[in-house]
Amino acid sequence: MKRLFICTFILYSSTLCFSQKAALLLPSIDVKSLEGKTVNTAHFNNEDHPIVLAFWATWCKPCTKELNAIADVYEEWQEETKVKVIAISIDDARNTPKVAPYAHGKDWPFEIYIDTNSDLKRALNVNAIPHTFLLNGDKKVVWQHTSYLDGDEEVLYEEILKL
Amino acid sequence: MNKLFYISFLFCINSLLAQNIKNGTLSGNFQSHSQIYYEDEDLGINKESLPEERFLTNSFANINYSTKNFSTGVRYEANQNSLLGYDKRYNGEGITYRYFQLNSNDLEVTVGNFYEQFGSGMILRAYEERSLGYDNAFDGVRLKYQPFKGVYLKSLVGKQRLFFDKGEGIVRGVDSEISLNETLNILSEAKTQILIGGSMVSKYQEDLNPTYILPKNVASWAARFQLFHGKWTLGAEYVYKYNDPSATNNFIYKEGQALMANMSYSQRGLGISLASKRIDNMSFNSDRNLKGQEVSINFLPALTRQHTYTLATIYPYTTIANGEMGIQTELNYKIKKGSLIGGTYGMNVLANFSNAYSIHKAPLDENTVIGTPGTKGYTSNFFELGDEKHFQEFSLELSRKINRKLKLIGSFINTEYNSKIIVGYDYLGMIKANIIVLEAQYKLKAKHALRTEIQHLSTKQHEGNWAMGLIEYTVSPNYFFALQNMYNYGNNSNKIHYPNLSAGYTRGTNRFALGYGKQRQGINCVGGVCREVPKSNGISLSITSSF
Repeated sequence: MKRLFICTFILYSSTLCFSQKAALLLPSIDVKSLEGKTVNTAHFNNEDHPIVLAFWATWCKPCTKELNAIADVYEEWQEETKVKVIAISIDDARNTPKVAPYAHGKDWPFEIYIDTNSDLKRALNVNAIPHTFLLNGDKKVVWQHTSYLDGDEEVLYEEILKL
Repeated sequence: MNKLFYISFLFCINSLLAQNIKNGTLSGNFQSHSQIYYEDEDLGINKESLPEERFLTNSFANINYSTKNFSTGVRYEANQNSLLGYDKRYNGEGITYRYFQLNSNDLEVTVGNFYEQFGSGMILRAYEERSLGYDNAFDGVRLKYQPFKGVYLKSLVGKQRLFFDKGEGIVRGVDSEISLNETLNILSEAKTQILIGGSMVSKYQEDLNPTYILPKNVASWAARFQLFHGKWTLGAEYVYKYNDPSATNNFIYKEGQALMANMSYSQRGLGISLASKRIDNMSFNSDRNLKGQEVSINFLPALTRQHTYTLATIYPYTTIANGEMGIQTELNYKIKKGSLIGGTYGMNVLANFSNAYSIHKAPLDENTVIGTPGTKGYTSNFFELGDEKHFQEFSLELSRKINRKLKLIGSFINTEYNSKIIVGYDYLGMIKANIIVLEAQYKLKAKHALRTEIQHLSTKQHEGNWAMGLIEYTVSPNYFFALQNMYNYGNNSNKIHYPNLSAGYTRGTNRFALGYGKQRQGINCVGGVCREVPKSNGISLSITSSF
């Protein structure tokens, strides 16, 4: 056990030297579209314009609030910055069949995917939702934020404008 | 010798890193929840009911390193000692999760720990739910392979996590999913998308039972499909499990079955979903002697609405694995902007109805009582309901933005909760409750907002009526302050206030929250798993971070 620990430690310390300043890149993970298709996150595309990744679930009130708030100003945002919002649902089998009706019922204009096995959530080290990532044109994470308070969408927009 | 081994190992790793896996990223997260517990006369918490150690902490950190084709990571957990309400077997510290994952072209190999789900999870699902302290991760090997476009294969073998140990049983499984439209050329242009899938899972556990001869290997299989046609979706999954006598089903030799079907229709501003299920003797554990869900191989979702308002979570439903039938239907509708009811911004309507009943069970013969251990248990007509109602709920939620500053949400819930079946309160039986919630969100000025909740639960059974008020003040993007009180006044014996004060600070991905107050005794359920939360009085601190 001790040996394993030492080896792991060496491995991590040596990886440290390689990872200076490398910003977190959007990992390549399979998620499901609302039409049941398996889509790899590597194929998320906004033609070199910024992408916002927002983690949510049908049972998460602040998440719904955040997505509603963005939906209200989305047209403006897109005109100004060409940003694309992708909403990632982490609902489990209890709620996955309800994700599409829920999102359509809210009339959200976003691309929506389901992260059934929470693989993307884990790969991006999301502790709790809502958790929002801003990716630049190279799909590198340039900003992220956890939780949602009223008005947080304005902070996000300021960050988008910086790109 | 040892030194030589390490040095060569180091070289190996470093040259490997240098060639294939440099320019990766290191990332991770951290979470810590602490609480100090106090004695409380009103709640009946005294010296004897509290542990000697009253400052308790649950913490963990994940560290991941990943490149394009490779990733690895560890999780270190320290629960010293774990918070009240968590299983005592969580006390301790150590590395509870570590893995290596390699991707080469269409093959992905994972060794070590991993989470997985086949289909809807009714045959196999390993997952973690931190808020419940639930984690049944596999420790073993998993392969994922995509031989053709639209064909996804998975296979795995492993043991499951049991707190700081592993469950006894070995689990093996294969799953395949085919997107027919991607695989078959003739369907590539079709309007209807068709997905089919199938899985097989088996477990092995030694038979040490002195009374019965138990099957060491238990196999199960599942088949599923999903259709997508324009605004419509239709899907179903069926699971069959061979006889699997266990502590949960009281050692009956009956096969298990589960069927879940769902349908939905949605368009802009409207979504309707309908789901139904039948579950019969479907608890599936990698250790047959454990009665709880610690090492569940499968996941049986509760088809009821998942509530978030505090009083609406007092009576949460959870799937009864030994047998239930139920339906759920939900409507989401946005009343258009500019209409009489919709106003300037439109109004959202959410209506949900769900129920669950026992399944029909008949004795095997005149002389055998239903569920006698060592027999086939009972017979059951597939489409016939049993006599007992487990749960029923109707809920309606209306939310409307009044103007740029004010938003109102009103919610009504009518619940029938069979406490005898769900939590074993034999003396109480069916609890009927009505819950009303009014929420107001008000923007004071840019980035400053106020939110209030008034909730009421009325019931003649159990603890009687509850009232609750909450006021929350937030300053985006950093601060929140909240004050709430719950008051259990509807019974003559014990009228109690549960005040709570909390504040938090968030910056980027770092979040600190501090709370002080009383907590009611209850059941915290997420997904299909529940944890009993004891009543308490104390100070809590939670810190989360990710990088």
